[in-house]
This record gives sequence, structure tokens and C-alpha cells, in this order.
Amino acid sequence: MSTLSIGRGSEGDPGQTSEKTKAERRLAFMLCAPAVGAMLLVTVYPIVYAIVLSLQKVDLRFPEESGFVGLDNYAAVLSSDLWWSGVAFTSLVTLVSVAIELVLGMALALIMHRALFGRGLIRTSVLIPYGIVTVVAAFAWFFAFDPNSGFVNTLPGIAEDKAWFGDKWSAFSVIILTEVWKTTPFMALLLLAGLATIDEGLYEAAKVDGAGPVQRFLRITLPLLKPALLVALLFRMLDAFRVFDSIFVMTRGAQDTESVSILGYNQLISRLNLGLGSAVSVLIFVLVLLIAFVFVRGFGTAVPSQGGEK
Amino acid sequence: MRRGLVITIVAIALSLGVGACGDSDSASGRQTLSWFIARQPGGAVEALAARCSQASGGRYRIRVELLPSQADQQREQLVRRLGAKDDSLDLLGLDVVWTGEFANAGWIRPVPEQTRQVVSRNVFDSVLETARFENRAYAVPIWSNTQLLWYRKDRVGKPPTTWDEMIQEAERIGPKEGRIQVQANRYEGLVVLVNQLIESAGTSILAGPEQVRLDEAPTERALGILGRLSRSPVAAPNITTSTEDTARQGFEDDSSSFMVNYSFVYNSAKSNAPEVFKNLGAAKLPRVDPDRPSAPPIGGINLAVSSYAKHPDLAFDAVRCLVSPANQLEVTKLEGLPPVRDDLFDDPAIKTAYPGFAEEIRSSIQNAAPRPSESPAYQDLSLAIQRAVHPTTQIDPQNLDAAYDRLREKVLDAIKREGLL
Repeated sequence: MSTLSIGRGSEGDPGQTSEKTKAERRLAFMLCAPAVGAMLLVTVYPIVYAIVLSLQKVDLRFPEESGFVGLDNYAAVLSSDLWWSGVAFTSLVTLVSVAIELVLGMALALIMHRALFGRGLIRTSVLIPYGIVTVVAAFAWFFAFDPNSGFVNTLPGIAEDKAWFGDKWSAFSVIILTEVWKTTPFMALLLLAGLATIDEGLYEAAKVDGAGPVQRFLRITLPLLKPALLVALLFRMLDAFRVFDSIFVMTRGAQDTESVSILGYNQLISRLNLGLGSAVSVLIFVLVLLIAFVFVRGFGTAVPSQGGEK
Repeated sequence: MRRGLVITIVAIALSLGVGACGDSDSASGRQTLSWFIARQPGGAVEALAARCSQASGGRYRIRVELLPSQADQQREQLVRRLGAKDDSLDLLGLDVVWTGEFANAGWIRPVPEQTRQVVSRNVFDSVLETARFENRAYAVPIWSNTQLLWYRKDRVGKPPTTWDEMIQEAERIGPKEGRIQVQANRYEGLVVLVNQLIESAGTSILAGPEQVRLDEAPTERALGILGRLSRSPVAAPNITTSTEDTARQGFEDDSSSFMVNYSFVYNSAKSNAPEVFKNLGAAKLPRVDPDRPSAPPIGGINLAVSSYAKHPDLAFDAVRCLVSPANQLEVTKLEGLPPVRDDLFDDPAIKTAYPGFAEEIRSSIQNAAPRPSESPAYQDLSLAIQRAVHPTTQIDPQNLDAAYDRLREKVLDAIKREGLL
């Protein structure tokens, strides 16, 4: 992007500055090279390696049985009920948790934006859950809902021996609660940044014209917040789709609460079946790409390099 | 300023590099052997490492590398390193069900014949079986473990001999005080339960490393008990997520009259629930059929030497020291874990560690039925069995054919190592 604007900016005097432009471009490339190199090394290489592995039969426990098998691993994954029930459950977790996070995050962002006193304190305290390591947060909630050690079952109206993780939907609720508790601050933070960019003058003008608070929210805040909102939604969806920690801690995928990441983990780490596991990972990657594609193309989410100009 | 930073970084990098190669005391020629083993609360691992380092006369020093307390996590840590041919592992503490997998993958060395003869003297056959793969010893047992039936002497006259009797007796006492605690979460503990029921019914899961047995009638009797127990009002309310620890807690809170569990519950009840402890009784596990003995599970740790170890001879010397009779008794004293040698059960230290139930432990280990870990794909098999029977509340005692077909199908798939698990 930057090289383009340099080229465009120096169009006025072509004969002499083309040398300078070339030199600048070379410099730009050289400055980018280390970053690009590092990215290639740490992201592209593993991704390509995973794709290569996914086309092979590789099981660390049976070293002599490896070989190229084409798309067999993909066929095995895509023909398995487990994969599709995993995709369904993961999508459900993603949609429900992101929807709740959006509503709560928006409320928190508005509160933080409009807070008259104790701004710093409010912002800090809202951010605390996001600062806690996911596994730790998952354990905290796991123990809270555990029938033996938790406080939840001592609350009025809840059966004393309710086994929260013994049933699909109660386990699902706790997983959603944990996810929402943990990542709503992230949502709120992104939305708060969006709110800060809205010109206060617009609200003043609307007030003068007699617009009520609901109208101001619907007509000014929401449309102007759209770029930030979509970016926040995109980030959270991508993140939520890879949900792993809380499920791993709470049910390990039992009670039909298996997310696709748990499935990948089982093949890769427990079974050491690198071929099958890589196929699962590549498919998760494809699904994540698909979500991003839908957001960018379908909803016109501005990716950062476009500077939100859409 | 910047130069100072660079120098510091280089210095740190160099010192790390030097530290990594600091494998031997160059002056004395003493080698360091790393021992990867699960953390034990009583400190036995550290005690044994110190004893043997001392006894080696300066030939080696054992450095303990502690693994997490859960078996799945221990295995993950080990296989990740071994899969990458990491040569910084020497001695490995393996759960009894990993021998086939590790040996087949070429990660552990066969035990040299001379060492094997020394370390298997007087060791229970059932325990030795867990250390073999394709008729070769790949590991050396150091301590064992098994389950007993724990019951309330004040509520139960005579411990039941069969599962049916136990369920009846519990239902007579009622769900307020008569619950039965087992392990039926979707994890390895469920395989332990299923395997002992199937073995006690007179069949087995596998007939060979790649051959399924699972005779229909006995397997259905075993599954029937599991279904009946899980659907009974005396099952623990959290049975589908129950583990060794939730079972212990459920027993200590006075709501249960029966519990299938390892011997750690004895000391736990002693310190956590003195009232329960006063009436704590122990017996051999109940049977499936009145005329066939129960088949207690077997746990514990076997020691193996990594294929990538730099000093395998020294490592096997260290293994011989670690599993010595005196050290086995030390483990019993510090951790309450039973020895693997039959003759050690005559030692007074055992009677102290297992007051009143030492003979039950001994005969349980003697008659134990190992899980089908002769299969190098045991991990697949275990996941498949867990998936097939969990949640156990779904096993319908009136329609056992469905449960049986499901189990058999999953096990067959696992043996072929096909599909997702």
C-alpha cells in the first residue's frame, strides 16, 4: 500500500524521480523483508507442512506404516458423524456466545464511554476477566459449578446435587457463560474504540433537532459504529470458532460437547495420528477462512489495511 | 546502552547453551540421568532418586523431571518429546497401559535379559504382563495399584459378593445413605470399570493385539450391570462425570454405602471424614457371576529406558536400583502404593500401610486382569470404549443388544485405527 502511494505522489516529474522512486521502493522492500521472512517461517511453513501431512498416513505410534494417501484422511473426517456434530456444536457455541457478547459488550462500551466519574476504575475492572488466562478462568468456573466443591449448587432454587457437566445443555450453558464472561471485555473494548471516533457534535445537533436517546443510538451510533462493530464481530467469531480451553477443562468433549478443536486435539495429541489430525486442522482453517470471507465480502467488513474507509 | 543490552543477551544465550550441555560433571565423569515421572504427593520419587544417586558410587546422578498428576497429561508430555526423538530423556515412568504403544513406536528399549531376570523375581505375573509387548519385556514394574470395594460396616452386614447383590442391598438402604460410587466419566477410569466387568463375566475385550473377542453373552451381562447401576436411584447423581476423586468425596460426605476405588481413599477418609472412617470396611471387588471370581483392575508405574537415552547401560543400572525391594517398601511407606513383589507383602511395613486389608490388596493384584494394552493402538481402543459406553445411563438393561453392537463396532474400528475418535 505505502509503495503505491509513494509512486502516485511523485508522478509530477517522471524523468528524474523514477530513479528516486525505484530506490525508495527497494528500500521499502528491504524494510519489509525481515517481517515477511519471519511470517513465512512461522505461519506459512507450518500451514504448508500441515497440508502435506494431511495427505499422508502418519501415525507416530506406527512409524513404518507411513505413506502418501491422497485425500483419504479428508474422506475419513468428512464421512464421520463426529466431525459434523462437532461442526454443529462449535457453530452453536460461536453464534450464541458472540450474540450475547455483542449485546453485553455494547452495553458496557456505552457505560464506559459515558461514565462521568471513575472512568479509569470502571474500565480497569471491566477488563479484568479478559486479563485472566483462559484455562484459569475455565477452572474457576468449573470448580464453581462442581457439585462437590462449587458454590453454585448452594444458591437457592438450584438442586443441591445438580451435576452441571453431566448433561449436554447444562454443560453448554456453563461453557457459554465462561466464554461470555471471559471475552465480553474484548468486545466492549473494540466497540469503545469505535465510539470514541464518533464526533460529539453529531449528538449535539441531533439533540437540538429533538432526537431522543433511542433515535440517537439507532441513527447515529449504530451506523457510525458499523465498521468497528463488524471488525469486533469478525474477530470474536474467528476466535469463538476455535473454542478449546473451557470445553477441555469442563467436559473434555463428553456429553456431546465436542468442538472441532477438541476433535483435532484428540487425533493429534492423544492418538498421535498426525495425518488425520492435520486433515481436521486444515478443515478448521478452511472454515475459519470461510467465516472471514463472508464477513469481508458479504458484510463489507473493512480489513485494517483499508483504513475503514468503506 | 544498546551495546550493553546486546552483551547481556549474548551472555544469557551462551549461559543457556552451556547449561544445556552440562550433562556430566566433567571432573568426576559422573553422568546425569533424567527421570520423567508423575509427581507423587509423599515425595517418594525424590527420595528414591536421592538414594540411588548416592548408591551409584558417583557413576550417575538422577535428576527428577516431574510430570502432571493426570495420566493423559503425563502421556502427552512424554510422547511429544519422544515423537521428536528428544535425547534428554533417560528414565521414563510409564503407566501400565502404555507399554505396547511405546514399544511398538520404538521409543523404549527392551530390557536386557540379565536385568530382566533380576527385576522380575517374585513379581506378580499380572504385573509382569503389563510390562511385556510381543513376548518381550520393555519395562520394569516399580509399584502397583488396584481397586477394592469399600463399604460402610455400620450399614452393611456382610460385604456383597456380586454386583447384583450390591445394587439390591444399596436400594434397600435407599438413595439417602446407600449410594454406590464408581468411576464413569468419559475417561480412562471408565475403561478400568468396563474392563473389570467384562473380564469378571468371563470374556475379554481383545483376543490378541489385533483381534476382538467380546463374547456376546458375557459382555451383555457386564453391560447390563453397568446400565442397571447407572439407572438405579442409588447411583451417584453425578455418575456420568464421576472420577476417583468425586467418588471419594461422595463417600466421605456420608451419602454412600459402597465405593469401588483405589486404596488412597483409606488415608483420605482418615483425615477428612473421621466419622465415616470409623465404619470403613474393605473387601475384594464384587463379581459379575456368582461362580466366577472378580477381576480387579491393575494400575501403577513401570520404568522404561528411552531409545534415545545417551547412556542406556547406566540407565538400566539405575532402574535396577530404583525397583529394589527396599525402595518398593519406601514407596509404600511414603505414598501408600503397593509393591509389585509378592514376597514383600509379608513385610510388617505392608500391614502398617494397609491395616486390615493387606491380604485383599495382595490377592486383588494377584488375580488382576490388565486392560487390553497389548494393543499398540491402546489409546484408540480406550477412546473407542469410552465413546461406546458413555454415558452409562444410556445403556438400557432391557435392550442390551444395542449396547453390545455399539461397543463391538467401536472396538473393531479402533483396532483398524480408522476414522475419527
